[in-house]
Amino acid sequence: MQAHDGAPKIGVYICHCGLNIAGKIDVEQVVAFAATLPNVAVARDYRFMCSDPGQDLIRQDIDDGLVNRVVVASCSPLMHEATFRRATAAGGISPFFFQMASIREHVSWVTADQQDATEKAKALVAAAVRRVALHEPLERRQSPVLPDAMVVGAGIAGIHAALTMANAGKHVYLIERESTIGGHMARFDKTFPTLDCAACILTPKMSEVRANPNITLWTYADVVSVEGYTGNFTVRVRRRPRYVDEDLCTGCLACIDACINKKAKVPDEWNEGLSKRKPIYIPFPQATPPVVVVDPETCIWFKTGKCPRPCIDACERDAFDFEQQERIEEVKVGAIVLATGFKEFDATRIPAYGYGRYPNVYTSVEVERLVNATGPTQGEIVLRDGTRPQTVGIIHCVGSRDERYNAYCSRVCCMYSLKLAHLIRERSGAEVYDFYIDMRTAGKGYEEFYDKLMQEGTHFVRGRVAGVTDEATTPEEEGKLIVRAEDTLLGAARRIPVDMVVLAVGLEPQPDAQDVRRLFNIGCGAEGFFTERHPKLAPVSTFTDGIFLAGACQGPKDIPDSVAQAGAAAAEVLAMVDRGMVELEPSTAFIDPAACSGCRTCVGLCPFAAITFDHDRNVAEVNEVVCKGCGICVGACPTGAAQQHLFTDEEIFNEIEGVLAYV
Amino acid sequence: MTYAYFPGCSMRGTGRAYEESLLAVFEKVGASLEELEDWNCCGASAWTSVDRTQAVALSARNLAIAERGAAAGTPVDLMAPCAGCYRALLKTQHAFEERGAVAEKVDAALATVGLRYDRTVRVRHPIDVLIDDVGLERVAEAVTRPLEGVKVACYYGCLLVRPNAPFDDPHDPTSMDRLIEAVGAEPVDWPLKTRCCGASCYSSSPFGPVQEATLELSYEILRDAKRRGADAIATACPLCQFNLEGFQPRMARAFGERIDLTVGFITQFLGLAMGIDERRLGVRRMMRWHLPEPGSKPQPVAAGGGAHASA
Repeated sequence: MQAHDGAPKIGVYICHCGLNIAGKIDVEQVVAFAATLPNVAVARDYRFMCSDPGQDLIRQDIDDGLVNRVVVASCSPLMHEATFRRATAAGGISPFFFQMASIREHVSWVTADQQDATEKAKALVAAAVRRVALHEPLERRQSPVLPDAMVVGAGIAGIHAALTMANAGKHVYLIERESTIGGHMARFDKTFPTLDCAACILTPKMSEVRANPNITLWTYADVVSVEGYTGNFTVRVRRRPRYVDEDLCTGCLACIDACINKKAKVPDEWNEGLSKRKPIYIPFPQATPPVVVVDPETCIWFKTGKCPRPCIDACERDAFDFEQQERIEEVKVGAIVLATGFKEFDATRIPAYGYGRYPNVYTSVEVERLVNATGPTQGEIVLRDGTRPQTVGIIHCVGSRDERYNAYCSRVCCMYSLKLAHLIRERSGAEVYDFYIDMRTAGKGYEEFYDKLMQEGTHFVRGRVAGVTDEATTPEEEGKLIVRAEDTLLGAARRIPVDMVVLAVGLEPQPDAQDVRRLFNIGCGAEGFFTERHPKLAPVSTFTDGIFLAGACQGPKDIPDSVAQAGAAAAEVLAMVDRGMVELEPSTAFIDPAACSGCRTCVGLCPFAAITFDHDRNVAEVNEVVCKGCGICVGACPTGAAQQHLFTDEEIFNEIEGVLAYV
Repeated sequence: MTYAYFPGCSMRGTGRAYEESLLAVFEKVGASLEELEDWNCCGASAWTSVDRTQAVALSARNLAIAERGAAAGTPVDLMAPCAGCYRALLKTQHAFEERGAVAEKVDAALATVGLRYDRTVRVRHPIDVLIDDVGLERVAEAVTRPLEGVKVACYYGCLLVRPNAPFDDPHDPTSMDRLIEAVGAEPVDWPLKTRCCGASCYSSSPFGPVQEATLELSYEILRDAKRRGADAIATACPLCQFNLEGFQPRMARAFGERIDLTVGFITQFLGLAMGIDERRLGVRRMMRWHLPEPGSKPQPVAAGGGAHASA
């Protein structure tokens, strides 16, 4: 065992982490053990190694010439590797002359027996000591960051992130799958708890997006491939044909009137099918861009080829292009914000609540459209037969907090149910029964809103609803929907007859979240939302550098939280772009040309296309800027020519021997 | 198609008409049944709530015998018509799949009587067999006297499809409705298909029979079926059938409404449509049986149920 700068003098520092480690591991025993290991010059313990005095211990020992290699046994590299590397560097040696032993996450938190924990901690310390002696002084590489950014998804989160960056002078590509930006928020009438008009606060931001010269907006578009690495992504975007030239159309809508279909016959997706649209349509008056879309599934020209196409004649701008094809655009950006949002829980999955079976059982999204002035009923609350309901039941937690569907709380349903209860009462005068399990109104002004609803006379029934039925047992129930629920405050089962049932559906990941996850090389949790790098300390970052998250694609959240997160994601991007370069970890692979047989196994295996083959010299070569250090080529190389910095065979074998020697 | 047949106690007692009609219908569609030799109680009785291991052991003996009777390596289909037996045998299968302590103890218990169970039996229900093996087409082909205009509310009860019937949706089952439709009758769509009939309260409450609760639960089911214009209720559970049919006079006294609704076994309706003689279907054993003549004018029924019956 030979160190690269003379004899190794290893300092071992055992962290107590308060009682997190010291409560389970006998730290003194581990220190005494470490002192006996070969090459160990100093072994100490400290209550919090990550604190300034803790870090000073390391720096001082290096400064004093006692130590030239550092092992810290504490939490995990994800938490504090960077901290201790900095402390090592501050002492004047390479930050890579450091190795961490995880004795908190891997030992004290997960081991029941104290003696077992202490023994395991010793084994891990022994492994780190043997390994660190072999560490090389590596150089961090720097890579420039491209100045442009991309935001995927143009709901309120994506819009806010894009505007924040554009207003800071950065060029932003904003990609939206639908024909208009605005997302879910554009479909709401009012927002809780202030009862602000959703359109009044959202549409100014939407037109700002369109007006901002720093934003390139592509609607009706989706990302098809992402290549490159942090600071330097190449993204290909597919723009689907809308058969209307976006630059020419002014949104006068004359073509819609002119359409050969005199009557609207197609269920309007924007209104949840509660109204009809024509094959040529615009989702809502303030759609952005204000450009019509031709739906080839229902347009007579596309279906039969036989239509005089009065739409073309009606268009003064000659904007129609029935030959339009999908286009692929390729752009280079430094960072990407994902704001792809959520989808609502499918209420037909709970047959007991009767959605799809009883016409007057609605989802909350349908009712959002009903109460909206631009909705199918111009804001009137009416049943399917056009009459006004006299009693309405709102059922919370539909698809949420239920192990059969989603175990998590969707966070927004209590508040939007209260909002709908208020609006329904205000617009129709109906009595509203609100069935909840727990009322979750954590947020500024939220509890006060709940209080207001109680004052208004909404009837709150605490208990999960068993089912909705049309089985009448009394004359009063005749012709009604009966909500059967346990009232846990009353300690009784209740049957409450209502005219209309509103199911407060929860939030779920987008159905294609897994595809998007793979496309951007990020992670999803068990429930399918994108995983943040750290739930507390890096809530908008992902495990892939340069890719950030905003809004409900990361988990259910309301508008204020989505906007806050979007701002945070934008700030992360701005910090990256303004710094102009990123530091790349030096733990990349390299190929020893003398040992390479030229078999090219590694070339095909590399998921990042970082390996090329030099035909003249008949050897493979790793592009270290593109390499992410996954180690696949190292494992696959039959001759051992592929190696990885910080993970050389020698280092790994010594680490293993360190554990085994102790055992 | 041959099935090992587990009658269970009901088929020889209150559910005799079920067995008679089942055997007749299966003969008609060309499926043969071989009664399990030396079968014993399925374990669905009160035993389940007293000691799970013993209940499973009891039930497992039947599975082991069924397996023994088959050629090595061929899976056996064991058919249990009673919803209670069917559920008990499924639960026993489940206990074995769990591979927990219960299965271990039961294996040991079986060994003491020279039996072993290799988990190869498939537990089946006649409805599942009729739909998935025989097929609705063949059922329809056997019909000679379609039950046109007869409105039948199919009642699945609490045991047949819940919690996880392998052959139907536990929340909104339709298998019996499809069979009823295949023989020309009109299934009634109603929300109480799987609502509890109360029989369990009546027979096995630890606090003794809770008659009032039972009566009201059964009454709700009958009343709703009647309101929706059903001429009869079809079930596949001897306990439900007995409970819904037998207590109608008591309901009339308690709730002031005379129900008088035919409650039969699904196989009786299928058999009638297949032209099998009433006597072979146990129809004459029933307390009440009055169906409209098939093909006669169907009764007009208001949408969403008739006017509420005044109490």
